[in-house]
Amino acid sequence: MRFIFKTEYDQDVRLAKHGGHVFWYGLLGLFLVCAPWLLDEYWLAQLTFVLIYSVVGLGLMLLAGFTGLFSIGHAAFLGVGAYTEAVLAAQGWPFPLSLAMAAGLSAAVGAVVGLPALRVKGVYLGIATLAFGFIVEEGLARWESVTGGNAGKHVVPVKMFGWEASNESSFYAVCLVVTVLATLAVLNLLRSPTGRAFVAIRDSEISAQSMGIHLARYKTLSFMISAALAGMGGALYAHKLQFISPDQFNILQSIDLLLMVVIGGLGSIHGAFLGAIFLITMPQLISLGKDVLPAAIGQAPGLQGVVYGLVLIAFVMFEPMGLYGRWLKIRTWFQLFPFYRKGMFKRQKSFQKSDRLK
Amino acid sequence: MSSDILLSARDLTVRFGGVLAVNQVSFDVRRGEVFTLIGPNGAGKTTVFNLISGIYTPTSGTLHYQGQPMATVAPHAVAGLGIARTFQNIELFEHATVLQNLLIGRHTHRKTRLWQDMFFTGTARRAEIEAREKVEQVIDFLELQHHRDTLVAGLPYGVRKVVELARALCTEPQLLLLDEPSSGLNVEETDDMAFWISDIKNLLGITVLMVEHDMSLVSKVSDRVLAMSQGEVLAMGTPAQVQSHPGVIEAYLGTVEDLSGLRRPERSPREAA
Repeated sequence: MRFIFKTEYDQDVRLAKHGGHVFWYGLLGLFLVCAPWLLDEYWLAQLTFVLIYSVVGLGLMLLAGFTGLFSIGHAAFLGVGAYTEAVLAAQGWPFPLSLAMAAGLSAAVGAVVGLPALRVKGVYLGIATLAFGFIVEEGLARWESVTGGNAGKHVVPVKMFGWEASNESSFYAVCLVVTVLATLAVLNLLRSPTGRAFVAIRDSEISAQSMGIHLARYKTLSFMISAALAGMGGALYAHKLQFISPDQFNILQSIDLLLMVVIGGLGSIHGAFLGAIFLITMPQLISLGKDVLPAAIGQAPGLQGVVYGLVLIAFVMFEPMGLYGRWLKIRTWFQLFPFYRKGMFKRQKSFQKSDRLK
Repeated sequence: MSSDILLSARDLTVRFGGVLAVNQVSFDVRRGEVFTLIGPNGAGKTTVFNLISGIYTPTSGTLHYQGQPMATVAPHAVAGLGIARTFQNIELFEHATVLQNLLIGRHTHRKTRLWQDMFFTGTARRAEIEAREKVEQVIDFLELQHHRDTLVAGLPYGVRKVVELARALCTEPQLLLLDEPSSGLNVEETDDMAFWISDIKNLLGITVLMVEHDMSLVSKVSDRVLAMSQGEVLAMGTPAQVQSHPGVIEAYLGTVEDLSGLRRPERSPREAA
């Protein structure tokens, strides 16, 4: 058990709360920086995908996990970012500028989608964003002069100021820098008044309002930041795949993204990363399992969908706090050994909240 | 002396469809007093609170705060005017710690812009520490030191009530609206609440407007009491005056005629045997 002796308020504001944080995150950082020399090309590509999905996951986590607004159309923002980047990169824009444009355009679209969020809640917001996802997918398919329609679009490699990310490891470096910056930005938001306003809206809109939080402004802001991060992820995604078509940004992609944050653990930054790792490793595990399983199951079509569904149901039933929640429990078990109790993380049911004013 | 008056309500009326929830209610809250609304369930007390916090708009009548009309003020802007409130059924941010809850109370005093938050600039860091210092003063005042880093979801009811009061104080209000501060508290906690309310008035100089059912708490802390029934004003005055007002007694207990109807018909001794 670690006891932190606090002598100044700055200790609570800092990102690294104690030496353990510095050590472990330093080690993780060192590994990520050295990864191009440690891993072969295939695993480095997988790691790149994890980073890209993490950026998108951070955005969706901010929206769903911290502001309490669920979006079932997040692949649309991914698509807007991807196509913006593809078009601008083809015209020779330097990467930082085109990335900023991709994020900006996605944010603008996010602001528009945020409008229904001011009026509808819960499952109705889900339906509104779902409809929006279909509209964008259809738009990408039909606007052939810009997007190339269903035939897809080729994406040139990342270029900036005379430098080109020509191989796997240089593109990995670009993704790493973007991911680190995005993570720091979200962490900073969450320890500042803006992030606290999001959490307040998630837990009780009525009292957030009476604390002076402008609900419409902060909900729209949350949508915009979330969409911007998804757009940045989309831009990286386009470069990674080198070829994009509208069907990559369909409802299944949106559900994958939602699955990612729920399984990772809603309401934690770690959850976005753990969810991304899950989303990337799961198809590998399934293909490994195919050889072991009897042919009737192993070769059946749609195996991946069934496994994802089962995993999601299992998490919702047995581990609502996701992978990060599981990790917290394991860590607490070791910290408190032998005093861990089974019900320690059980949510206390409360029936005191009033719904009268909503 | 109009500058003495912090909040003034004139002929407030609210109608929900066919229900007249508040009917022609007028009162003035003077600076630095504890003003209490009492009345049976459904009397319209909480509706008056929701009118002041801008959640409902009056069907007719006006509300003035510091001489300014409140009709055009958006609900989220009410806190910025210096009006803070608590809720009858605690509305805390459950999945956040007590400290984070109180820091949200500092929202109206935020000094940073979005980009400053995002990069966590020096200004943002200084603003955070400054907010923390203010919050710590409130924590000291209400003796919440032990619960500082606890999740609200894990706190007992009595403490949550105090945390909600603390969060309202963190906004540094001039007018504090307390909706049934003692509901769900035991005798000891209610006594503490009475001390805190008088300290809030005397030490912090905050005007308090509260709704309360516990008459011992009301008479301990209130300067003036307004009794309501069925949306209308019954009586106004000191706690003692209002408690002895015949209309108030009737509203709470019913009249002798009402009671006689309920009494069992007397039976003669012979019948009983």
